[in-house]
Amino acid sequence: MATKEMKARVTKTKAPVMSALKGQTLLCLRTLTEKNPASLATYEQLGGYTQLKRLVTEKVKAVDIITQVKVSGLRGRGGAGFPTGLKWSFMPRYFDGTKYLVCNSDEGEPGTFKDRDILRYNPHQLIEGMAIAAYTLGARVGYNYIHGEIWQDYEIFEAALQEARAAGYIGENLFGTNFSVDLYAVHGYGAYICGEETALIESIEGKKGQPRFKPPFPASYGVFGKPTNVNNTESFASIPWILQHGGQAFAELGVPNSGGTKLFSVSGHVEKPGNFEVKMGTTFKELLDMADGVWKGRKLKAVIPGGPSTPVMTADMIMNATMDYDGLSKAGSSLGAGSMIVMDETTCMVKTLKRLSYFFFEESCGQCTPCREGTGWVYRIINRITEGNGKMEDLDLLTDVSSNISGRTICALGDAAATPVLSFIKHFRLEFEYYIQHGKSMVDGK
Amino acid sequence: MLSAESIEKIEYELTKYPADQRQAAVMSALRIVQTERGWLSQECISEVAAYLRMPEIAAMEVATFYNMYDLEPVGKYKITVCTNISCMLRDSDAIVDHLQAKLGVGFNEVSADGKFCLKEGECMGACSGAPLMTVNNHTMYEFLTPESVDKILESLK
Amino acid sequence: MVKIEIDGKALEVEYGSTIIDAADKVGIAIPRFCYHKKLSVAANCRMCLVQVEKFAKPLPACATPVADGMKIFTRSKEAVEAQQSVMEFLLINHPLDCPICDQGGECDLQDIAVAYGASGSRYTEEKRVVINKNIGPLISTDMTRCIQCTRCVRFLKEVGGMQELGLINRGEHAEITAYVDKSVNSELSGNIIDLCPVGALTSKPFRYTARGWELTRRPSIAPHDGLGSHIEVHVKDNKVMRVLPREKESINECWLSDRDRYSYEGLNSPDRLKTPMIKHNGTWAETDWKTALEFAAGQLKDITKQYGGDALGVLVSPNSTMEEGYLIKQLAHGLGCDNVDYRLRQTDFRLDGKRVGTPWMGCNIQEIEELDRILLIGSNLRNEHPLLAQRFRKAVNNGAELSIVSPLDNDPLMDIAHKVIVRPNDMVNILGQILKAMSKIQRLSLCLPPSLELLLSNIKVRDNTQAMAESLAGLGGEIDLIAPKVGIFLGNMALSDPRFTEMYSMAEAIGGICGAKGGILPASANSTGMHLMGVMPCTLGMHARAMLEAPRRAYLLLNIEPELDCQHAALANAAMAQAECVVALTAFKSAALENADVLLPIAPFTETSGTFMSMEGRVQSFQAVAKPLGECRPAWKVLRVLANTLGLKDFDFDSSEQVKDKIFNGEKPSAVVWRSMNNNLKELVEIQVNVKDHGLQRIGEVPQYESDPIVRRSAPLQKTKYNTKPMARMRAEQIAALGLVEGETVLVKQDKGSAVLQVKLDSHVAMGCVRVTASHEGSVGLGDLMGDITVEKHTVEVNQQEAETA
Repeated sequence: MATKEMKARVTKTKAPVMSALKGQTLLCLRTLTEKNPASLATYEQLGGYTQLKRLVTEKVKAVDIITQVKVSGLRGRGGAGFPTGLKWSFMPRYFDGTKYLVCNSDEGEPGTFKDRDILRYNPHQLIEGMAIAAYTLGARVGYNYIHGEIWQDYEIFEAALQEARAAGYIGENLFGTNFSVDLYAVHGYGAYICGEETALIESIEGKKGQPRFKPPFPASYGVFGKPTNVNNTESFASIPWILQHGGQAFAELGVPNSGGTKLFSVSGHVEKPGNFEVKMGTTFKELLDMADGVWKGRKLKAVIPGGPSTPVMTADMIMNATMDYDGLSKAGSSLGAGSMIVMDETTCMVKTLKRLSYFFFEESCGQCTPCREGTGWVYRIINRITEGNGKMEDLDLLTDVSSNISGRTICALGDAAATPVLSFIKHFRLEFEYYIQHGKSMVDGK
Repeated sequence: MLSAESIEKIEYELTKYPADQRQAAVMSALRIVQTERGWLSQECISEVAAYLRMPEIAAMEVATFYNMYDLEPVGKYKITVCTNISCMLRDSDAIVDHLQAKLGVGFNEVSADGKFCLKEGECMGACSGAPLMTVNNHTMYEFLTPESVDKILESLK
Repeated sequence: MVKIEIDGKALEVEYGSTIIDAADKVGIAIPRFCYHKKLSVAANCRMCLVQVEKFAKPLPACATPVADGMKIFTRSKEAVEAQQSVMEFLLINHPLDCPICDQGGECDLQDIAVAYGASGSRYTEEKRVVINKNIGPLISTDMTRCIQCTRCVRFLKEVGGMQELGLINRGEHAEITAYVDKSVNSELSGNIIDLCPVGALTSKPFRYTARGWELTRRPSIAPHDGLGSHIEVHVKDNKVMRVLPREKESINECWLSDRDRYSYEGLNSPDRLKTPMIKHNGTWAETDWKTALEFAAGQLKDITKQYGGDALGVLVSPNSTMEEGYLIKQLAHGLGCDNVDYRLRQTDFRLDGKRVGTPWMGCNIQEIEELDRILLIGSNLRNEHPLLAQRFRKAVNNGAELSIVSPLDNDPLMDIAHKVIVRPNDMVNILGQILKAMSKIQRLSLCLPPSLELLLSNIKVRDNTQAMAESLAGLGGEIDLIAPKVGIFLGNMALSDPRFTEMYSMAEAIGGICGAKGGILPASANSTGMHLMGVMPCTLGMHARAMLEAPRRAYLLLNIEPELDCQHAALANAAMAQAECVVALTAFKSAALENADVLLPIAPFTETSGTFMSMEGRVQSFQAVAKPLGECRPAWKVLRVLANTLGLKDFDFDSSEQVKDKIFNGEKPSAVVWRSMNNNLKELVEIQVNVKDHGLQRIGEVPQYESDPIVRRSAPLQKTKYNTKPMARMRAEQIAALGLVEGETVLVKQDKGSAVLQVKLDSHVAMGCVRVTASHEGSVGLGDLMGDITVEKHTVEVNQQEAETA
């Protein structure tokens, strides 16, 4: 299938002007320093695929690999932060049939775009990470499920897979051993919910992306009903480095409880939006500086630190926070997927919340009653407020309805939908009251 | 009837799954047929379902669940502008206003010449390039300004 | 076992149970909408949220497995808050149209809202409206009322075997629908009405006719197939308004086939015969019972007196009760007549006198789902036994391997491991191959009797039959079993076939070698009962077919329309036409009874009491649920009075129960049944295995909604897509081989009859066969249901010219 065309795509992918690589610690994006970052040659030149080859040919034991991953302190980079090594240990060792591996590259949480850069700038490291995981977990087949909207990056990854296959890094009897693994790229086509791992599995099976009730967990009942391990793109991409340098080295890059580096997606009101791969525990201020600060010389008003499913923070709350699991938790929010949405002083929090509630309303899969019915209700109330028809009791109603969605659905979308409502009203209640009283925004007067 | 080219592409997608899991290829198959024909008519969905030996209603469930599938004609070029938070903060509204004025359509409308259709999109996972849009799902244009939008429109013949 | 505590009540439940199972067992009510014990767990409505100690969030009781020491609170503040909030969400978009909703009064949402809902709503935004769907003649939809529990979707997919409904779109816009404008065609579709917890899916025929609380609910037994489903008949002002399933786990579980659910509409048909009628000089006149009975008795007496009892033929519907069958047999014997038979659609009677007992299905209905290997011979299961098919589906879903030998390849909506689709004549050869292959499988290499060995010597085993034999032996595609549970069953097409004896003998031999259970799948509600009582010629009398081949001077008919209910329509018609007297006990006026001389109006099953014996040998009695319509009377009473009028002895029954006692001689029915049910043959019957002939064969299936006089008159069932007029259906290769094209008109001939039919492409029909459905006026000119047939071009020039000018 159009291999030539795809190959051209990989070699054509050029690194962005990355003058600001300064301050970053490039692990997952280590090819960014090179001319053709996505090509196999580049990756090999940087020592790529040596870990896969070593583990497979030296028949390193799965338990030893899992130990290194555990020591590394790597936590699920998709947002939940579950320890990756622990997750790997849940996969049944012996299973009479095919076990599967799934990479979750379905980034659709507003403000999240880190995995995209791994796909387009360093696809081979992801492939190596997946192949190592497959070797470790005994998975014969792996799928990388990629957000449908970044189609060009999907094609880059497809092409990279073909390169890797041709070079003998995936396929049958790798390096002359009896280890075989097939990796494939599959795509979403416009459904945020498929970022939820069981919805994603349903989607791989050719169904609507409606999350499954857990238990059973994917480790026992995943793709096609078979044991499946699902990790985020960035998690997989961290694996080759961890095995090359040892889990301890990775852990030491970060801070306690938050090992390694992390890609932060910085978007919104900054001078230079983009991804920044930094050590865990980097301060918010440093990160903001890397993005050249709040744009147009304006003042910082608020930050959503990890995507809209994490509580919004006022400038005061975040200014002295460090960017790691515990740091943000202490500061009153959470790390999520490291998707920092920056808002300056001109931002109307009521209108912003309206847009976010519309998003959750639009993206609710419709399966569970509270989310299906509640997200629409919430959006309509906020919309009514922005149309000048709000009532003061709407604020309590919003809080109440959101709390009733939260924690009462199959997946976390219900919680995610409630979080912005609860946190926006909590931290910016005055703005909402003003809007209700005056029928217009306190910030922009419109 | 599915074209030979579509069938070849669907067959390639089918190689990714076990032989008894043909339905797994429905996401790709619908995408392939939509790319070829512009949108998914009822016939398209029936043909895909038949080819993958799955119930038509199950294919319909998929086609209606994912919002990049179009179940109505979308003109020659479907322009989807992200208006979600990161784009909104960087004034995607101005891009939308510009496109609406320029094309003379609102969201979900097809321009009088049948060439353009404007859609509001949800987060595309590329917020560093905000504001941004896709054309016919598969080509993304980032860092939009009214001027760059004009240039893009001009290039879409 | 696991120890748990629900609302302070300590109990022990099985490992793997869910909280809702455990609560149901001890009678603690947890509200639910999406959960249903027979369907997969969706956990989507969230109504059953309960508090579980040590868990921060409430958990859905339907999907949460119990764990040792778990403490569950279903009525705690946290649980109730969660339940109330879900109720509020469910109601915000639910219309307040209970007063005009058919579900009103029997609505789960209404009931649970009373218990958990608030008196007012905090929702002041616009409510959702969903455009309605037309999903066919049986089910009405009001999709705005839908709460997206997906029970209907899951039922059709999991129990019905085909996903005909889906939840399209997402979020708030998610709605249940069939594919575009399609209807729901499952023969079990009505069950989704019962499953729907709101008024989104209601019964179309019943719609707006009555309120739940106005109806008297009376138990009965379904009268259309051998399953013996338990039903609840709902009556208002002495009229049957609807029929619902009555839960019986071992028979129909909580389901009902559409035939059993909607046939009641036939009971209220304008065709109902309300008064006795006598034909005088070719015109029908209403009369009173006394006149009619005296007339009938006089005629029967005169003819039997003058020509002997043998001049009379008595044809009995296998859907009649045991009491009716017993009385009519006694009446015939009283007239010196042994020509009594209920096997109206049978052609092959060579096994008469060779059986050890009453043939039956050879196992319990429930056992079917536990089978590991199944061989189905000559059965279009979904058409013949729509609900029983579901048990087979369960078996297959549990991993059973299904093999099919049939002339029809209709999708049973379950995975088939092996199938051979051939002409009925060749089915015998195929069964011979399976037998031969199986006798060669080492562990099973039981010696066949020399006669059988010789019969099989010329038969060549092919790969597919070898595979079937191995599957039945326990060697399977995925899992090999040392001692598989095997079931072998013969269906309606085998039962009607002229070579039934061969098929049966082969099946018995195959079953003998591999230790299979099984037998026949009797077609009608009381087939086994009729056999048990011997409603058949017992000495020298004629069987049903002989009575038509050698026409009698008089006929006594019970509950049949001869040309529609007999295996040879043309013969039946001719026989009735030539008879001097035909006495028909019938619930309906019918064109098929034009040749009768007296019509005695009898009560259908809803207006009489009686007993059916099911395919698994279950003797089930029922009472009348309504008073007889007009002058019609229960058939047992009519037969008693007719016998009295004839001056016959021993007909002094005051109730159907007395008749039943007489039938079973005061013994416990089950004891009699236990003794009598036996599929074995006393001796091997001479059979011919390898028949070389290549003529066309007819497959004269009886469509499920044409199976008996009641369903034939149910308007909603007649409107379904299953109701198609007979056509000459053949596969493309066959049409081409005959030099025909689809759509053209052909003359179809059988030995004593013919019909002009349209050629229709049907890829499910075996090569060498023409499928022409029976029990329809369009095919009453034809003969044997299963037998030789010819097809030729029909050239009527005048018609063609007319067509062209038109």
